[in-house]
Amino acid sequence: MKRLILFLLLAVAVLFTASLVIGPAGAPVGRSLSALFSDDHGPLSMVMREIRLPRALLGLMIGVSLGMAGAGMQGYLRNPLADPGLIGVSGSAALGAVLAIHTGLSAAFVLGLPLAALAGALAGVFLVMALAGPRGGSLTLILAGIAISSLASALSSLVLNLSPNPFAANEIVFWMMGSLADRSMTHVWLALPLMALGWLLLASLPRGLDALTLGEDAAEAMGVNLTRLRLKLVIGTAAAVGAATAVAGAIGFVGLVVPHILRPYVGARPGRLVWASALGGAVMVLASDITVRLILPTQDLKLGVLTALVGAPLFLHLIYKTRRAEA
Amino acid sequence: MPRQAARSISGFVRPSKVISLLAALVLTGAAAQADPAPRRVVSMNLCTDQLAMLLADPGQIVSLSYLSTDQRSSAMAEQAASFPRNQGQAEEIYLLNPDLVLSGRYTGVATVNMLKRLGERVEVFLPAYSLTDVRERMLQMGRALGQQDRAAALVARFDADLGVLRENVQNRPLAALYYANGYTTGDKTLAGQILLAAGFDNAAVKAGQSRGGNLPLEVLVMMQPEAVVTGAKYPGQSRSEAILDHPVIRALQKDRETGSVADSDWLCGTPYVLRAVADLVALRHRVESAE
Repeated sequence: MKRLILFLLLAVAVLFTASLVIGPAGAPVGRSLSALFSDDHGPLSMVMREIRLPRALLGLMIGVSLGMAGAGMQGYLRNPLADPGLIGVSGSAALGAVLAIHTGLSAAFVLGLPLAALAGALAGVFLVMALAGPRGGSLTLILAGIAISSLASALSSLVLNLSPNPFAANEIVFWMMGSLADRSMTHVWLALPLMALGWLLLASLPRGLDALTLGEDAAEAMGVNLTRLRLKLVIGTAAAVGAATAVAGAIGFVGLVVPHILRPYVGARPGRLVWASALGGAVMVLASDITVRLILPTQDLKLGVLTALVGAPLFLHLIYKTRRAEA
Repeated sequence: MPRQAARSISGFVRPSKVISLLAALVLTGAAAQADPAPRRVVSMNLCTDQLAMLLADPGQIVSLSYLSTDQRSSAMAEQAASFPRNQGQAEEIYLLNPDLVLSGRYTGVATVNMLKRLGERVEVFLPAYSLTDVRERMLQMGRALGQQDRAAALVARFDADLGVLRENVQNRPLAALYYANGYTTGDKTLAGQILLAAGFDNAAVKAGQSRGGNLPLEVLVMMQPEAVVTGAKYPGQSRSEAILDHPVIRALQKDRETGSVADSDWLCGTPYVLRAVADLVALRHRVESAE
């Protein structure tokens, strides 16, 4: 476990640095990094501080959020298919964000955007949890998720199509697939408070999640308050995923892939998995964001395209395994 | 020539009613070709709308495109308000019974093809990519409308006005055209040519974009252009336009001269591009005096 965490921390550090030094401006690595800390490099300092740094920070923060939320949900529902993107939480958060932007709420009130995304995400999580039930049977969970994501994305498209702005309709792709291109420190500060709240709540889950592996009765006998656990999970997930989606769109599959890969290394203990997945999520989002910049440097390839290319085959594999286990 | 053709056909058809019907069709076609000034002109494209308004007798125009009254994209929105407008659909245009349809090369290709099949006379205009193209489109519109003299006069005025605006610039300042989604346009576009005519060098060309494409924000910052000309904003909110409010763009504009592209003057190859050139020349003078 300790070795795994060290390895993941190292990977995050390396990828974070790589994210800072890779970009179309093409300045040498050393000069780029020193420009980050001193004003002597003119425009390069501005590029590093106002363009690259927020992008790398957001990649890190969003990865942590998605990884933690995925591991938390999977632990609570005891179902490896739970992922905030797949079960419609990201989609409903995107709907909240789209509504905030196009009704002018985000312009009128600083925290309007992340709070609206939080409201959307909360509605999404509540719906899914209510439909799937506390034990979260695979089939109902996925069906509820599909219904909620489709409804949320349809409503987002409707809002964007009704906008008088000619560019709005093209942004459907951004909200469905997510991107970190051209974000600024403003977005970092906008997302951070809500995300931090989400992290705190999700970080308080591990003991309860570990106890839950023994079954609900045993967990309650061990003093775990299931109602509170559930509430913390729901609000924590909604806050973390809502804030992430508000600034970067819905990035899918991170919360599915990361816990799945890391589970064997933490002895399949859901509590430890939450921590490992936080780092693993950061690794996955940072790596994907570097990759989109390397393959299509000028075209803003959406992050969700890459995570889906990795995640969807794994998802199919998991469905197949689950079906066999149930049969 | 058309009259001869008509005579030979009418000599040939007598025996059959079917053939005479066909001949009647051919004849009306031939007559339309021969008609020097079409009397029922329908325009389907924002740019042909404006060229038509500049050159036609008001009675010649039956209908303009629905965009013609859009303040943001049409330089002649007020004049256009007095004409009926169409949505550019084949059915609606056919029912207007035009004797000339004006269309852009890339407007409703399927609609234009259908109108041609229905026997309408369609004059297709290519977009203008340069100031020379602007002159040619005016002359083409003059020929299509049978208003060659008016077109020649308009072109002469255009040349004279452009001559006044052109200056011999020694050190051309670097300017970037920056639109929503980080899009920029290079030298092979009308906007790029407007920039050149005003005495600027185009940052997009320096970055290797001769037509149009994305200019990453960091590349723009590293070039430190002396002026950043941004696209005019549309109503409502959009993420695409948010890039124009990015702190980096704000910083670039803070201690530099800035301009805004009023789309209506830049979009179409009409004499109104000279207003855009004049605005940019004024911008360049401000840049030079600031140095």
